Amino acid sequence: MLELLWLVPALPFAGFAALALFGRRLPRNATAAVGAGSVGLSTAAAGLVAFRFIAWPPPGEAWTQVLWSWIRTDGFASQVALYLDALSVVMMLVVTVVSFLILLYSVQYMAGEEGYSRYFCYMDLFVGSMLTLVLAGNLLLLYLGWEGVGLCSYLLIGFWYTDPANGRAARKAFLVTRVGDTAMLAGFLLLFTSLGTSQIQEILSLASSRWPPGSATAVAAAALLLGGALGKSAQLPLQVWLPDAMAGPTPVSALIHAATMVTAGVYLIARTHVLFALAPAVQTAVAVIGAATLLYAGLAALAQSDIKRVLAYSTISQVGYMFLALGVGAWSAAIFHFVTHAFFKSLLFLAAGVVILRLGHERNMLKMGGLRRALPGAFAAFLIGSASLSALPIVTAGFYSKDLILYEAWSSPAGGRWLWTAGLVGAFLTSVYAFRMVFLTFFGEMRQRPVERHGSCMAVSLAVLSVLSVAAGLIQLPETLGNAPVLTHFLRTALPPSGAAPAPAAMQAMLQIVAGAVSLAGIWAAYLLFLRRPEHAQDWLRTRASLAVYRLWQAGWGFDWLYDRAFVRPFLRLARANRADFIDGFAEAVARANIALHGALSQTQTGRVRWYAMGIAVGAVVVIALVVFT
Amino acid sequence: MATVPLEHSLILAAALFVLGMAGVLARRNVVFVLMSLEIMLNAAGLAFVAAGSRWAQPDGQAMFIFILAMAAAEVSVGLALVLLLYRRFKTLDVDAASKMRG
Repeated sequence: MLELLWLVPALPFAGFAALALFGRRLPRNATAAVGAGSVGLSTAAAGLVAFRFIAWPPPGEAWTQVLWSWIRTDGFASQVALYLDALSVVMMLVVTVVSFLILLYSVQYMAGEEGYSRYFCYMDLFVGSMLTLVLAGNLLLLYLGWEGVGLCSYLLIGFWYTDPANGRAARKAFLVTRVGDTAMLAGFLLLFTSLGTSQIQEILSLASSRWPPGSATAVAAAALLLGGALGKSAQLPLQVWLPDAMAGPTPVSALIHAATMVTAGVYLIARTHVLFALAPAVQTAVAVIGAATLLYAGLAALAQSDIKRVLAYSTISQVGYMFLALGVGAWSAAIFHFVTHAFFKSLLFLAAGVVILRLGHERNMLKMGGLRRALPGAFAAFLIGSASLSALPIVTAGFYSKDLILYEAWSSPAGGRWLWTAGLVGAFLTSVYAFRMVFLTFFGEMRQRPVERHGSCMAVSLAVLSVLSVAAGLIQLPETLGNAPVLTHFLRTALPPSGAAPAPAAMQAMLQIVAGAVSLAGIWAAYLLFLRRPEHAQDWLRTRASLAVYRLWQAGWGFDWLYDRAFVRPFLRLARANRADFIDGFAEAVARANIALHGALSQTQTGRVRWYAMGIAVGAVVVIALVVFT
Repeated sequence: MATVPLEHSLILAAALFVLGMAGVLARRNVVFVLMSLEIMLNAAGLAFVAAGSRWAQPDGQAMFIFILAMAAAEVSVGLALVLLLYRRFKTLDVDAASKMRG
């Protein structure tokens, strides 16, 4: 049954090809069936493969399927090979399940849209590329998937291309991630030239045997790969593209910019964790960047009024948690948070999508309110998602994953009090902004009546994701609460444990109580500030300084402003100064000299026969003189 | 029989050639230009004949016959062109026919 693995990425690609070729001629039902159905079949295949892998693990807990030889020249060979181990099984399952649910939702969400088949076409291409990325057995194939998802992200952010602002957001996303991708490509080439292979597993084993910890090559390679991960996962300082990427349709934001693509950086680091373990300085940088990003984005999320921008900053912040976990060596904790985050964040996006759609594409939370009676389904889903996001103790999946990260940040040798404190403050901010969204959108007085109803597919997706957002915590129960670390145990063959000495149970319980209390305190603060006494929040904004801080957070700490001044404007100025391309000047000078010479020569063509005869005579005299006198 | 030294005939040929060329370059009347061309051809023919006699080869005289034939053809075509030129420009000045300048 493992042989079905190739079908998992191939089916979405087939759906993409069918829609790209015949999409215009297919009726809408058939488009939806091909678009979502191909991913559904891919999900089924992934389920079968995963079942076989878990029930009867292949020897070595890893399995490679070589499809064909891609490039074979002297000194370089690359195969199209899929590599299946515990890590890629988890990634594959989450990607296929979430993609299928979101595509199912899109069938109705996008029903009224122009370009229905274009949408499904891009989405299928995205799913295929994402699966290629997580299943790739060598760096070249991984890079192909990596760029494929980047392309689809660009295409789908600019899906409503008639508005120039959307096109600008798409270009911004593409260019900013490109900065990271360039670093990553350099890292891949460095790995290839120094180790002579592009197979990821060979690279990892060769690296650990050849390079001593902290060696310059390992540090350079890890730092360059980190650059790629920062760009794709929207971490400081390359995070500016993600809030603008919300210009795309909401299911796109849910799938690409929350659940799957932005976590590709996390996957990359987890996949090449050996390199990061060999470069402790870079690994510390990962943890510090993660901690800084989660605080940065948490504060920025507090000041947003666009519901999707809150969710975007929330995604940046939660991916920051994953980076924090990776940085302290808790690889499987990062993957666990990726799993739960994929569920609850796509749930939040889809529920927000229902609200946005029913309010006629209104995204401003300040114009919403009191929707809990009018939209009970969306309210329930959003509440579950927010609870999971803010890590409501015991009942939600988010609690278990975030708690594991905080615990590892506290106890891992690479962690420490500061990182733990940052994570804890981030958890407080998370529950404040999560419930700020809930209170502003669903409580208070109703400002706008929702319009027409949509069908049941959306409800199915929301219900399944709600269940997953709650139940996904069961795959990894901490020692104090059931002691069933199923996921960590499953991942142990691909990702080593963090090396933390197990803390005593009392300590663990203590940390959990602190984390739970912080989460509840955040919800309470949000309740006070945004529902019970909104005038307090208004009062705070009276003073000049606090208003300035609020504006700063609202603008995402002014990174856009800074990059605009530091990079975009100087570049544009340079481009404008060089509009008449000075390199062209050299080529044009040659042309101009030729034209001048040609003009001078044509002056001699007077049309007078005697003049020509004179020319011939003088020429003959000169030639004869040369012959005679030399 | 006293022979004329080669140098003398070559000097004569060169003098004729230069005279003819001066005519071609200096005269504007197309008929005189054609006549000067004939002088140049004859100068060349003289050089051939003198050289043939010097080395006792018939080639020089054969070449002269070629030159005669060519000169006849040239004159017939040339005079036809002169007639056309005259009809078109009402003058025999070659400089008048200078339309084909660069």
